Amino acid sequence: MNRDRAALLGGLGDPVLLGGAMLLACLGVGMIWSAGQVDLPSGVTGAWRRQLVWLCVSIVAFAVVTRIPMRWLEWATPWIYAMSIVLLIAVLVVGTGPNTRSWLRLAGFSFQPAELAKLATILLLARLLGSRREPQTRLFELWQPVLVVVIPFLLVMAQPDLGSALVFVIILVSALFWAGIPLFTIFLLVSPGVSLILGFSAAVWGVWFVVVIVALYVRRPYMAEAVAVALANLATGALATPLWNRLAPYQQRRLLVFLDPDIDPRGAGWHLIQSKVAIGSGGVTGQGFGNGPQKRLAFLPEQHTDFIFSVVGEELGLIGVLVFLALLAWFLRRVLRVAAVDSSQGFGSMIAFCFFAVWFGHLVINIGMTVGLMPVTGLPLPFISYGGSFLLTTFVGVGLVCRVAYEN
Amino acid sequence: MTDGEATRLSRVRRARAAGVLLIVVMVVLAGAFFRLQVQGGGAYELQSRNNRLRPIPIPAARGAIYDRHGELLAESIPGYSLSLLPAPPDSARATLERLAPYLGLEPEGIEAILERRRRQPQLPVLVRDDLTFERVAAVEERRPDFRLVVIETHPRRRYPAGSVTAHVIGYVGEISRPELDSDEFVEYEAGRIIGKQGIERRYEHVLAGSAGTRYVEVNARGSIVREFPSDRARSAQAGRNLTLTLDLDLQQFADSIFPEGDRGGVVALDPRTGEVLLLYSQPSFDPNLFIGGISESDWAGIRDDPAQPILNRVVSALYPPGSTWKLILATLSMREGTVGIDSYMPSSCRGALQFGRRAFRCWKPEGHGPLDLSGAIKQSCNVFFYQLGLRLGLDAFLAGVDGLGFNQATGIDLPGEISSRFPPSRAWYDQTFGRRGWTESVVLNLSIGQGETEQTLIRLAQFYSALATGRSPVVPHLLQSEVLDSVREEWTTGLSEPRRMELVSAMTRVVNEPGGTAYWHRLPEWTLAGKTGTSQNPHGEPHSWFVGFAPAHDPRIVIVAIVESGHPDNQTSRAVPFASQIVSRYLRNEGVPPDRQVETIPHVSLQRTPPANGGVGQ
Repeated sequence: MNRDRAALLGGLGDPVLLGGAMLLACLGVGMIWSAGQVDLPSGVTGAWRRQLVWLCVSIVAFAVVTRIPMRWLEWATPWIYAMSIVLLIAVLVVGTGPNTRSWLRLAGFSFQPAELAKLATILLLARLLGSRREPQTRLFELWQPVLVVVIPFLLVMAQPDLGSALVFVIILVSALFWAGIPLFTIFLLVSPGVSLILGFSAAVWGVWFVVVIVALYVRRPYMAEAVAVALANLATGALATPLWNRLAPYQQRRLLVFLDPDIDPRGAGWHLIQSKVAIGSGGVTGQGFGNGPQKRLAFLPEQHTDFIFSVVGEELGLIGVLVFLALLAWFLRRVLRVAAVDSSQGFGSMIAFCFFAVWFGHLVINIGMTVGLMPVTGLPLPFISYGGSFLLTTFVGVGLVCRVAYEN
Repeated sequence: MTDGEATRLSRVRRARAAGVLLIVVMVVLAGAFFRLQVQGGGAYELQSRNNRLRPIPIPAARGAIYDRHGELLAESIPGYSLSLLPAPPDSARATLERLAPYLGLEPEGIEAILERRRRQPQLPVLVRDDLTFERVAAVEERRPDFRLVVIETHPRRRYPAGSVTAHVIGYVGEISRPELDSDEFVEYEAGRIIGKQGIERRYEHVLAGSAGTRYVEVNARGSIVREFPSDRARSAQAGRNLTLTLDLDLQQFADSIFPEGDRGGVVALDPRTGEVLLLYSQPSFDPNLFIGGISESDWAGIRDDPAQPILNRVVSALYPPGSTWKLILATLSMREGTVGIDSYMPSSCRGALQFGRRAFRCWKPEGHGPLDLSGAIKQSCNVFFYQLGLRLGLDAFLAGVDGLGFNQATGIDLPGEISSRFPPSRAWYDQTFGRRGWTESVVLNLSIGQGETEQTLIRLAQFYSALATGRSPVVPHLLQSEVLDSVREEWTTGLSEPRRMELVSAMTRVVNEPGGTAYWHRLPEWTLAGKTGTSQNPHGEPHSWFVGFAPAHDPRIVIVAIVESGHPDNQTSRAVPFASQIVSRYLRNEGVPPDRQVETIPHVSLQRTPPANGGVGQ
């Protein structure tokens, strides 16, 4: 009996991790229920029930994933990755969605191939980087992991889904960081991207470029690398404006609104202003579970997906917010601990850390967005936001992390 | 140290760095929430409330208006409006087409509604706001077919007497942009219904009451979700009812006997109190048409009618007073001692008076022969009054008339009253015609109420009230009020009582003695004192006047009537039978005892032409 229980719990790897995930997901269903308590009947009202069904599916998926040995997974990784790339291409052809072609309908189910691609990319990066004894230190040696990320990144950008694209950047940087690649090398790798963002203002970009040149001069990498980095920074800085013009107007507005929500208070700025009003009016103790007037009266947009945390702020107040933040932080630390355990294999440890980084990134961007610290990018909050395929991939991730913990 | 160990160590360091980053970020986020929820909480709470609370005006019930006997003149009844909720154009059109038979919508009407919907697609669009209960009930029965339809009730004005009282009561309509901007309507908001004309306009602030305010919670689309109990909410204060001095029966009687198709007006006052008993202007209009927004075709019909049905001919129209003016000259002359009631003029009437190079004619070409003042009034002899005017002199004439208030409005409680006109001084002539542009002969024209004098009916009624009572006239008013009954003008006729009685006697001869210009329309039971008039009309046939009061020695009613030109064959005295019948009806209804031996008078039809048919001045 005892052995059975030990085997069962052992099979779960880290039961506390599963418990935390379940707790967060149940709180999420509760918040989605509350988000549906509106005066204008809409599809949101029944969303909590659909989320509950997805939670059951996710638990099954979790149970399956925890039974898969890491070795098998490592072997299957290239195939999973290839399949996800095929689906990403497919979604560009036959995809559906309100603003972007990001949904694929298959046998009555809709899901986002980008979710699978994130998983596959993590796995392939873990296989590429985790198995190495010595980390690469040179920039050009990183072409393989960069390529692994750039392919889905570009495909997702083509949808265009800026939020998911951002997640791929997070995956790459965190994987490189965990693999022990020197921070300076990562800095060189990322610097053209920074140039792209700063390229709108010639002055700011100029300062950045000087910083890059000085860094290159001080750290003295190979001449070829230095030249390549400098040229890349020049090129992306110059490309910024034409690329910007190619963004969909709604994406442009979202980015501009991040700088000043009042430029478009009825349009893109509406989200941010109403979210702040909702959170602010919650005060310390909140308006009461299910009772937030901003949400009830439909002032709060996307209240069950992107802005679910605004509902938390409005209805449960600062106390509720701190409880949620503490729970999420505690859960993420637990994931980080699995990655950092001594006995952890390179592959598994890398997987665990990448999931830590992805969830952490989601959390920062999503919650930061509700209070105006981050642009409105449309990234959901793990476990809490409504969204079936996202919940499923999150639980697959939790399953993988538990398996890693088990194999440790 | 092995490679593996080194990797492990560096991994521990990196994990620690990631952990620190996690904590730092969480603290920053918590700080952001603290700033919003604790430090900015109050401001956001307020913003949240402003977001969702909307003040909605509660219309106050408008006061009803009654006549002096409590007959209803204006009331507010429940009206029904039907609106369409926001919907796609196709379903809006389909719904309208299905509604059309129940509401009486025409295809152009549907297009107009759809056009309004296009301009504000997110708001409900008004379909009709003048629906009867029957039509609303028909739609309500088929409710499941009309999901987009909203039916609301709102107070709706109704004028039972319609066109009969239109010029007195006026009408209501939606407040206009300039009115909204004016100081008078600072507390009004757009869309309010206000009095536009007549008593509705004059006593707007009494009738309207004060609108209340309620607060409702709205959602992001502006739809009302629920009532919100608020300290700032106010309930509506109903407007006060008004009782007028008007006599609806008299008003309807005047309407029924006013010569069909003619233009003109009549006003009757109680000279003791200044109460307006009758104020009627023809042609009229139906004020009920204005309620709920007048249709373009109805408005064009009223606006473009050459007969000007909107014009209130009693207070807003000027006419040359003609022979009714002779009593003013007689009053001034007797007051100054220029003549007595039995004085003769140097020239007796031979049909005209030569003055300078011009002959000023009498209306009776064969002439009246010698007449004293009393006889000249009775027969309305122009030649006598030409000479009287010359004897009084222009300066005394102008100053005297000015002293009787003839250059001012009476101040009756109706909007739109205009001032009568009479030259105030010689300087006026100099300015108007130039120093050499006029001669003393103007006094001859003024003597018979022609030339530079134009009067309103209400102003003439004021003078005759003063003559009838011998006191300062009370400012005429339509609102029944003891305070208003005692607001008097500052002047009197200035006649001693014996002199005034002599003039009144002369006026009774006009009606009650054979040969008087109104003899054919004397009253069998009461002594009616009066004066007829025919005034030149530059635009066509002369106007027919009658002014009078009865009973002559204890007047209860003063009447001034005019029938504008129209039928050349029947021009002289059309106002006389009309006015005398009104006086008779009023005195009978009021139970005033007869003051003369009841005489059988052969019935005189309104259309009958009296024998004394002649030119201007009768």
